[in-house]
Amino acid sequence: MAKYLMKGNEAIGKAAIEAGCKYFFGYPITPQSEVPEYLSSELPKVGGVFVQAESEVAAINMVYGAAAAGARVLTSSSSPGIALKQEGIGYLTNASLPAVIVNMMRGGPGLGTIQPGQADYNMTVKGGSNGDYRNIVMAPASVQEAVDMMMEAFDLADYYRIPVMVMSDGLIGQMMEPVSFDYKPCKELPPKDWALTGMGEGKKHMVENLVMDADECEAWNHDHFKVYNAIEAAEQDWEDFMMEDAEYAFTSYGTSARIAKTAIGILREKGYKVGMIRPKKLWPFPIKAFELHDAKIKKYLDVEMSMGQMVGDVALACGDASKIEFYGRVGGNIPTVDEFVAFGEKVMGGDK
Amino acid sequence: MSIIFKKTRALTDLKMHYCPGCAHGIVHRLVAEVLEEMDEDKNTIIAVPVGCAVFANKYFNFDSIQSAHGRAPATATGIKRVHPDKLVMTYQGDGDLASIGTAEIVHAAARGEKITTIFINNGIYGMTGGQMAPTTLPGMKATTAKAGRDPQINGNPIRMSEMLSTLDGPAYIERVSVSTPAQVTKAKMAIRKALEMQKAGLGFTMVEVVSSCPTNWGVTPVKAMEFIREKMIPYYPLGVYKDVTAEEGK
Repeated sequence: MAKYLMKGNEAIGKAAIEAGCKYFFGYPITPQSEVPEYLSSELPKVGGVFVQAESEVAAINMVYGAAAAGARVLTSSSSPGIALKQEGIGYLTNASLPAVIVNMMRGGPGLGTIQPGQADYNMTVKGGSNGDYRNIVMAPASVQEAVDMMMEAFDLADYYRIPVMVMSDGLIGQMMEPVSFDYKPCKELPPKDWALTGMGEGKKHMVENLVMDADECEAWNHDHFKVYNAIEAAEQDWEDFMMEDAEYAFTSYGTSARIAKTAIGILREKGYKVGMIRPKKLWPFPIKAFELHDAKIKKYLDVEMSMGQMVGDVALACGDASKIEFYGRVGGNIPTVDEFVAFGEKVMGGDK
Repeated sequence: MSIIFKKTRALTDLKMHYCPGCAHGIVHRLVAEVLEEMDEDKNTIIAVPVGCAVFANKYFNFDSIQSAHGRAPATATGIKRVHPDKLVMTYQGDGDLASIGTAEIVHAAARGEKITTIFINNGIYGMTGGQMAPTTLPGMKATTAKAGRDPQINGNPIRMSEMLSTLDGPAYIERVSVSTPAQVTKAKMAIRKALEMQKAGLGFTMVEVVSSCPTNWGVTPVKAMEFIREKMIPYYPLGVYKDVTAEEGK
C-alpha cells in the first residue's frame, strides 16, 4: 500500500476525505490550522465544500446543519476553540446527529499557550456542554493511528448517531510520519432516513432540540443512555504494552503514552516488570483492561500532559485510588523520557 | 361550486400556541402559501430559532430543524451547502437575529449564502417575557428597562435591514409589516420575491417583518397594530433596501 510522508494535521484531512467526508466547516487556530488549509484546497477537488466560518460557534452550527442534512461532516480546532464549540456539541448530541470533531489540544486554561497539551480530558470526556451526555472520544498516539481513527470515527458517528471527538495534541498535528490510507467501513451503516432532504412525496423530517414536556425530555435522556450503554459494552479500545508479566502499569494516552513507551523500554532494561495500559478511546474508558490486569498490578503510574485529569477514571476502573501515582507536565511542556524513567524508579523503588 | 379559499397544505393542522394579536401566525401562513404557490414546499428546509417561533417546525408542513439561539444562519449554511438544490430558510426573531446571532447573520449575508431569512422584529423578547431586545425603541418599556429604554444607559436599537444592505453578499432585503391588509399583501410579495431570488441563486435574501407582541407590550391586539404604524415603522421604515435585479435594470 502506498505510503505518504505527511504532517499529522494534513493526514487527518486526507483521512476524512478517504472516509467519504465532503464537508468541512472551521476556523483557524494554532496548532490545527493545517487541517482547514489542507481541506480548503483538497475538498473542492472531490466535489466537496470547505467554508471558513466566522467563528468556532458558527462552524459547529454549520456542522449541525450539514449533519442534519445527512452529510458526513468534519470540524477541527484546538482547545480554546473546542471550548467555544461546546454549545453546538450539546445540540448535536441532543438531536442524535453524527459528526466528527478534531481537537488538536494545546496548553490551557483560557488562551493558554500554543504548545501541545492534554488538559481537555475533562471538557471532552466528561462533557463540556450542558446536560447529561457522552461523546465517543478517540485518542491517537501517532499520525497513522490518527488516520485510522479518523476513518473509524465517521463510521462510529453514523452507526450510533453521536458526535465523535478525535482528541490529539499539537505534537501529533505538527509531526510528519509515513502513513497509508485504507478505508474499509467498520460497521454496516443504517440509511439516514431521518435526514433533512426536503420531504418530497414522503413525510416531513424534523430535527428537534427543545422538549418542553418533562417526561418526554427524560425519555430522550434515557434513549441516549441506551446508546451509551451499548457503546460502553462494544467499543472499549486500548493497547496492552508489555503487560504480560507487568507488576506496575503506566496509564497514559496520546503523545505522553508514546513517550512512556520509550521510558518503559529503559525501565525494562533496568529489570522492572512494568508495562502500560494505553486507552485508545477515552470514552468509553477501557474498564475491561483493568478487569484483565488489576489483580497483578501493584501500582499504576499515570502520566499525562495535564494535572491528572485521567486519574479519576483510572481510579474508578481499578477501584483503588491509593494504587495510583501521578506525574504530569502542563502549560505546553512535553515531558521527557528521563522524567518518566525517574518517576518510574521513584514509584517502583527498586522493586524488580 | 368552486373553491375560492383553502388552507395551504404547507401548514399542519396543529393549533398555534401564539398569543392573540401576535403576527407569527400571519407570517407563517404567508411563508407557507408562497411555498405552495411556487410548488416548492416539499423542496424546502427551514431552520427555526430559539424564541416564540421555536415550535414553528410543528406548524410548517415541510422539513425543519430547531437551531441554537442565534445560529440559524450558520445551521442553514450547513444545510444549503449539502443541498444546494433545495430552498433553505431561516425564521428568526429580533433577540435571536439582532443580538445573540449578529455574527451569524452578518457573515451569512456577507458570504452571500443562498438562503432566505424571515426576520420578525417586534422590539421585545417574547418567549422569556418582555425583556429589552436589540430593537426595543427608545422610551419603550421592558422588564429589563422598566422606565423605558434610555439610550444613555441601555444603548441604541439596531436597524438590521439598513446595516446588512451595505454588504455585497445580499441580493434582496426588504422591510415589510403586517399591521394592515395592504401590508400583508405586500409582505407576501416580498417573501415570494426573496424565495424566487434564492431559487435563481442570486445570493442572500431577507425579509424583515415589523411585527407585534401585544402580551409583552401590554396592549390589546388592535392597539398593538396601531403601535406598529405609529411608533415602530417611523423608526424602522418599510421598503426595499437591496435588490440586485433592480440595480441591473438601472
